[in-house]
Amino acid sequence: MKKEITCIVCPMGCRMTAEICPDGPKVTGNTCRRGVDYAVAELTAPTRTVTSTVRLSGGGSVSVKTREPIAKDKIFDLMRILRTATADAPVRIGDMILSDVFGTDIVATAEAGKEA
Amino acid sequence: MCEKHDIVIIGGGPAGLAAAVAAYDAGVTDVVVIDREEAPGGVLRQCIHNGFGLHKLGRELTGPEYAAVYAKEAARRGIRILRETMVTALSPDRVVTACSREGILKIEAGAVILAMGCRERSRGALNISGTRPAGIFSAGTAQRLINCEGYMVGKKAVILGSGDIGLIMARRMTLEGAKVEAVCELMPYSGGLTRNIVQCLEDFDIPLYLSTTVAEIHGRQRLEGVTLISVDENRRPIPGTERYIGCDTLLLSCGLIPENELSLGAGIPLDGITGGALVDERRETEIPGIFACGNVLQVHDLVDYVSDEAELAGRSAADFVRGISPAGKTLPVFAEKGVRYCLPQRIHAGASAPVELYMRVAQPRERVKIVARSGERILAEVSRRRVAPGEMEKITLKPDALCGAEEICVSLEDL
Ligand SMILES: Cc1cc2nc3c(=O)[nH]c(=O)nc-3n(C[C@H](O)[C@H](O)[C@H](O)COP(=O)(O)OP(=O)(O)OC[C@H]3O[C@@H](n4cnc5c(N)ncnc54)[C@H](O)[C@@H]3O)c2cc1C
Ligand code: SF4
Repeated sequence: MKKEITCIVCPMGCRMTAEICPDGPKVTGNTCRRGVDYAVAELTAPTRTVTSTVRLSGGGSVSVKTREPIAKDKIFDLMRILRTATADAPVRIGDMILSDVFGTDIVATAEAGKEA
Repeated sequence: MCEKHDIVIIGGGPAGLAAAVAAYDAGVTDVVVIDREEAPGGVLRQCIHNGFGLHKLGRELTGPEYAAVYAKEAARRGIRILRETMVTALSPDRVVTACSREGILKIEAGAVILAMGCRERSRGALNISGTRPAGIFSAGTAQRLINCEGYMVGKKAVILGSGDIGLIMARRMTLEGAKVEAVCELMPYSGGLTRNIVQCLEDFDIPLYLSTTVAEIHGRQRLEGVTLISVDENRRPIPGTERYIGCDTLLLSCGLIPENELSLGAGIPLDGITGGALVDERRETEIPGIFACGNVLQVHDLVDYVSDEAELAGRSAADFVRGISPAGKTLPVFAEKGVRYCLPQRIHAGASAPVELYMRVAQPRERVKIVARSGERILAEVSRRRVAPGEMEKITLKPDALCGAEEICVSLEDL
């Protein structure tokens, strides 16, 4: 089945036509290789990178993301977990905040608190 | 107190940081960046979503991560960043006046780079009738409150304007548990990137009403609802199409205005359409030694292009400080049929490197080509399957194409 898909991997937003054929996926309209991967994922198991914030135990918050994209239908389950999670300052970019949630980790995307 | 520095950069967002690093790497190491916030990074500090840097850095980063890459590069070179320091005046002979907790500071600059970014159009500037309750925010303010200050702004929201910030906030509010009733757009097409329509609205089944605006605001203490109305092709409200939506929050995402008060004070001529300075291919304004880049020059949708433009401005400012000036006469650049604006607005005929012309189209179109001409001669052309005002386009002129050219006209033509 042919499907019109807008690639959202980067802000170019290429409009693609994708189809899974017996001899592999057929994708047109993409500008780069990532578009093909995205189209295939979108047809089989759509995923999204989720970004949000997590409370710091000493007050304030720090921005975080899923290290890898998670299944699209798990986004709200993840948000429920993030709402109650806390991190301890200082936090550096890339620090793990939560491990092994929906198959990936939650990592910090900003610095918070005093430099160690 | 009066200091002297080779290059002073006003604004420490992604534009200011990239310009500083590029100027330093071009051999001018006495560079100072001034920013009014407590940390560099500009608007990226509140853009916690991802999607930054794929083109420039080959990795997909969130806003704070992208800013950190450049902040680190600046720090590694020992570039001085004056924080919590607000530039209050700039003179045409490049004296920068700033104030901080320590008092007033005056710097004589060899060259100045404007990188002040832009601010959001406010409710006042939009003239919506009705009461004046709490609960109405510009989308960027709501973004800062939620992402940086940790305050949720409301439970049930309507968003006016389908620019990128509005779309990003529709998703952000939804993730944080609010119900986003609708995103309304005055124009018959969205002003945001397609990718944001898909992953911020379609992913969450948030309706987008095109050719629709807010006719009235209701509520006394807190916002209670808004009346939406459809508009015709001349953007005039159509009587009888009013409908009420209950909500406690209205976010306005109706465009950005380059912050050019300092530029005006220095007498720098601005472009009536971009709201930014008129520049040449090196990003020099019409006042010698003052350069501009990033959102203060033209509102970009991709920070990657902001960094590219800033690096160009940084290198050009370094050339200016070292007395290297451009060759050849200047050729004016005009935006014609189907093109709203084109930047730079003038090009030196002797430009030695390829010149990229950035532009926005006037309307969404399919199967078109962008053509740059001088008289009858075609200097460059590219074809596009689809163009939209929300997505900046560019076309590259090779140096030999400029040879013998007079004025340059850029237009959109059917394929
Ligand atoms: C909500 C939102 C979402 C976005 N999403 C994306 C995206 O998904 N992908 C993408 O690639 N791009 C995105 N962008 C665009 C990108 O963030 C901007 O293009 C980029 O930040 C512009 O950089 P800048 O340095 O020109 O301006 P800014 O980041 O605005 O920085 C300007 C700096 O100058 C300082 N300043 C201004 N005036 C003075 C003064 N008088 N004295 C001292 N300091 C001053 C300000 O405090 C600020 O720090 C988004 C932008 C916004 C607002
Ligand atoms: S196909 Fe490549 S260039 Fe096009 S949107 Fe996807 S990642 Fe970006």
